[in-house]
Amino acid sequence: MIINHPLLGPRDASEFVVLGDASLIDRPNRKSETAARDFYEYQYLRNNPAGEHRELWFHEQGDRSWLVVTRNTLTHKITHVELAREFARSQGRSK
Amino acid sequence: MRRYSIVVAHKKTSIYPLCSEDKLRYSAFNILKQALTGHNGWKPAWRNPEPKPEYDIIIVGGGGHGLATAHYLASIFNKKNIAVLEKGWIGGGNVGRNTTIIRSNYLLHENEGFYEFSLKLWEDLEQDLNYNAMVSQRGIINLYHSDPQRDAYIRRGNAMMLNGADAVLLDADEVRRKCPFLNFDNARFPIMGGLWQPRGGTVRHDAVAWGYARAADQRGVDIIQNCEVTGFKIENGKCTGVDTSRGFIKAKKIGVSVAGSSSRVMAKASIRLPIESHVLQAFVSEGLKPVIPGVITYGAGHFYVSQSDKGGLVFGGDIDGYNSYAQRGGMPVVQDVCEGGMSVMPMIGKARILRMWGGIVDMSMDGSPIIDKTHIDGLYFNGGWCYGGFKATPASGYSFAHLIATDTPHKTAQAYRFDRFEKGGMIDEKGMGGQPNLH
Ligand SMILES: Cc1cc2nc3c(=O)[nH]c(=O)nc-3n(C[C@H](O)[C@H](O)[C@H](O)COP(=O)(O)OP(=O)(O)OC[C@H]3O[C@@H](n4cnc5c(N)ncnc54)[C@H](O)[C@@H]3O)c2cc1C
Repeated sequence: MIINHPLLGPRDASEFVVLGDASLIDRPNRKSETAARDFYEYQYLRNNPAGEHRELWFHEQGDRSWLVVTRNTLTHKITHVELAREFARSQGRSK
Repeated sequence: MRRYSIVVAHKKTSIYPLCSEDKLRYSAFNILKQALTGHNGWKPAWRNPEPKPEYDIIIVGGGGHGLATAHYLASIFNKKNIAVLEKGWIGGGNVGRNTTIIRSNYLLHENEGFYEFSLKLWEDLEQDLNYNAMVSQRGIINLYHSDPQRDAYIRRGNAMMLNGADAVLLDADEVRRKCPFLNFDNARFPIMGGLWQPRGGTVRHDAVAWGYARAADQRGVDIIQNCEVTGFKIENGKCTGVDTSRGFIKAKKIGVSVAGSSSRVMAKASIRLPIESHVLQAFVSEGLKPVIPGVITYGAGHFYVSQSDKGGLVFGGDIDGYNSYAQRGGMPVVQDVCEGGMSVMPMIGKARILRMWGGIVDMSMDGSPIIDKTHIDGLYFNGGWCYGGFKATPASGYSFAHLIATDTPHKTAQAYRFDRFEKGGMIDEKGMGGQPNLH
């Protein structure tokens, strides 16, 4: 697979490590009353869809940036790549 | 080799309640008779029934685990009116795609008792099914390459023996006598010895599906192929049937055992699982004369190899590492596996690869399986087998049948619960944490 890095252009997927579902960006609020349940779901449960999947890839052997890659799990086709930071901001995360 | 007896749940039921007609069908006499009459008299090994409108128990998924579950439900737990629904053909999933290794060399007691139970069931499987599954206890050696790795294997070997399994620690000379072709003097990863389980080995994977199917069919189980489950009927917290590509089928109890499709199927009951689907690749070389005595695993890279009875070297390594339902992997893992092979067994470089393929494995968050009830009454789940569920087939089927029949977990599968993640009771053999692609 070739990942079209937003800063570096097309890079081979073997330069990256993959962490999994990009929902890991949405860390639950530890002060919430339902925090224990929320963290369990956040850490352990996955949608694991057959089809489009947003996932976190880390450019370990490159510029060490985190990316959000939108990829189809049935075909492995990558349709969108963005910096994780920008994706998180667009989701309303400030840090 | 030492044989073990099997503890069955209902002592009054013999584990070999075969009818005389069954014994006859694959008898030496019958084979001779068929050979002399042009092999025209063989009958299909199982029926091809139309689905009935209602069953007592439905098993979703006709892989090794689903078929084994049906067999033990009928033979050990005396259940009747059972169907196995398979979306394609039986044996077309991972049971027909794996590298056929069986072993019980786990460290954690939650796992080791279960896998040892499975190995004991393998040892008597062919008598139980009256089917040649080519169970071959040719042994498995896990190589070690450093002092700490040897110490870890000693600990593992002791854990195995505490659970009734066999384990032998080999030094480098003993490994050399068995496998002189290995790369002992690799400067970085010298082979210092291995942990040997003589009772481990390989089994003809397709024959496992066919043998269980035939045995279950003979006890009246309907095996319904080309029947995809597309939904569950859930009323007042109780599952009362399944929608399928061949219409609605009512059932009192439904057990889902669909391996790589676990999340997709359980999503139809609105259940999210602690599972990701990943692709695992396997490779077979051209046929060679016997060169490898048993199964060998490399301790410094992810590579394992055995030799099939047809002579092909069967080998593999890591999962590709990303979510996939594509049943094919990528080149980086091909390279990694081949590098591992060349590093530990340089002679493999002379063999040409004949075939390679991928299968979708249900990677759980701690690398261990789940055999449990769901919060929906009458709906049971079996999955999370990762890349190692073939060896589990008999015990998984037995334990799942136990759970469905008695509503209590089998004693070797008590830890395989959904709630272990929430309660902090992970069964993490490799100590990797809750990330599927690290197991
Ligand atoms: C390349 C590879 C190598 C492996 N090597 C080993 C090994 O050496 N040793 C080992 O122990 N394990 C190994 N494994 C793992 C092992 O193969 C699996 O864990 C095990 O086969 C899974 O159980 P199963 O046989 O029931 O799965 P499967 O055979 O995949 O059965 C699941 C069935 O469910 C059906 N299904 C799915 N969705 C539906 C639906 N909606 N309705 C009806 N039916 C449905 C599928 O068609 C399939 O037939 C390997 C796996 C792979 C891919």
